[in-house]
Amino acid sequence: MKGLLQRDVNQETFTLNLGPQHPATHGVLRVKLEMDGEYIVEAEPVLGYIHRMHEKMGENRTWAKFLPNCGRMDYLSAMSYNHGYVATVERAAGIEVPERAEYIRVITVELNRISSHLLWFGAFVLDLGGFTPLLYAFDDREQILDLLESVTGSRLTYCYFRFGGVYNDIDDSFIAGTREFIKRLRKRMPMYDALVTKNIILIKRLKDIGFITKDMARRYGATGPVARGSGIDFDVRKHEPYSVYPEFDFDIPVYEEGDSMARYMVRMDEIEQSMRIIEQALDKLPGGEIKPKKAVKMVKPEKGDYYCAVEAARGSFGIRIVSDGTNTPYRMKLRSPTYSNLSLFGEAAKGMLLPDALALMGSLDLVIPEIDR
Amino acid sequence: MLLAKMKEALSRLYEDIEQAPEPVAAEVLPDEAAAEAAGAEDVQPEEAGPAAETGPQQEEAQGDEGEEPEAAPAPGPKETDYAAKGYHLDVDLSPAKVPEAAEILLRENFFIESITGVDWIDEQQLEAVYDFNHFDELCRIVIRTTTDRDNPEIPTISHIYQGANWHEREAHDFFGIKFIGHPDLSPLLLPEDADFHPLLKDFKA
Repeated sequence: MKGLLQRDVNQETFTLNLGPQHPATHGVLRVKLEMDGEYIVEAEPVLGYIHRMHEKMGENRTWAKFLPNCGRMDYLSAMSYNHGYVATVERAAGIEVPERAEYIRVITVELNRISSHLLWFGAFVLDLGGFTPLLYAFDDREQILDLLESVTGSRLTYCYFRFGGVYNDIDDSFIAGTREFIKRLRKRMPMYDALVTKNIILIKRLKDIGFITKDMARRYGATGPVARGSGIDFDVRKHEPYSVYPEFDFDIPVYEEGDSMARYMVRMDEIEQSMRIIEQALDKLPGGEIKPKKAVKMVKPEKGDYYCAVEAARGSFGIRIVSDGTNTPYRMKLRSPTYSNLSLFGEAAKGMLLPDALALMGSLDLVIPEIDR
Repeated sequence: MLLAKMKEALSRLYEDIEQAPEPVAAEVLPDEAAAEAAGAEDVQPEEAGPAAETGPQQEEAQGDEGEEPEAAPAPGPKETDYAAKGYHLDVDLSPAKVPEAAEILLRENFFIESITGVDWIDEQQLEAVYDFNHFDELCRIVIRTTTDRDNPEIPTISHIYQGANWHEREAHDFFGIKFIGHPDLSPLLLPEDADFHPLLKDFKA
């Protein structure tokens, strides 16, 4: 009895297993937690439950046959992955892209970014215990899925871009539908703002909690909204302009605080910026071809290695390819943003309360198939 | 600006190599030779130079996808054509120099993009490629190093860039590259009992 009373309770920790099937991890991610009561002493994410080895698949098929794989990594912003891959191969093989095709790419990528952020928004608030916003967000997201389905033929795992262009031209009904949708979402954003962003419960759960410092972002290579929520003004669209992004006027939302709220605000502001880009792109949309005049039949990039990055919804998605001059890639490295963003979780979650750490994890916007590849 | 500064900072890592086999273009200053070679590569990447038979150290210093520049360049960071390649500076180092390079890059506030491997089975070598980028100014730096395929060992940089921890574990999973000093090289993406390295070119499922 005496021994029990004398025991230093602060020395007593236990292991808590979170996942791989846990609603807050949004997929098969496992986190091994060393807990001291409600506080996290050590957190170690365990990956690989949905690893499919896309990089090996890249080595055993022709360049064009890898295109469908792009939609199956980050299935919530598949368009960006399409864009990253075709941009890399176009750089390596020197393929020209008609202007209209680049505009269509930007429009669809930005629509996809909004749908990805809307899904994150709903799921994130769901993690925090608020169920209703998810239904509203899905209502809006549904409009985007319908629009993109009408041009790409798929609702989620898009395979829409081709080397040198896009698969299908957009028509007047798509343009009208997109304008209609932007009008609708503009009306809905103040509602989200009043219902969720200004909600005292949400603020109490996110403000001044889950800090990620600039230095941490640098050491772990965090990009996207995670870096921008830590005061880092870094967006590949501005930093390393690609496609026709330089032709549009848009801002990069940056918040200095580095807490979960800052990351939340970055994404909410990005929805508005994406809408601005889409509007300008629709206004300026040039006519002409959507594919190169001379069809791209067999792609054989010259020997060498090439790198190209795009801004996906979750950060900088980069592809490094090594070509040996044949019609199949020699090596294809896929740099997924959330892999790096999640790697800082162990350090950031140290000393946090478990529910706060789950809010932090939600604010990282994890998509597990993209981490595991 | 940043590029020139980094080129100079990283070229210091080559100082002790310069005593090794003299480059063919000995009368040219090392920096100029490097720039010249980089220029030559852009124009005629395919032409095999007459000076291809260099010492083993030179050979290793440019395991550069089999590209053979006209004259053997002095070792040092090479500027690349960004529009064609997607990165600005190509730095080929011996494995032992990699942590030092990482320290220089961290001091200049670079962030780590990724670490990966390439299996050059014909040359019996494994290449490790480190991608770095900068948040404020566009400057992509590639650090590469080659190691023996039978016993691939490279010192870790996970104590400098904590993010390298997972990237190195992944490279160990896929290629079996042993990162010396890494705290935990157990499989990350592969099953926990995996003893195979699927991205090696002779891997059979």
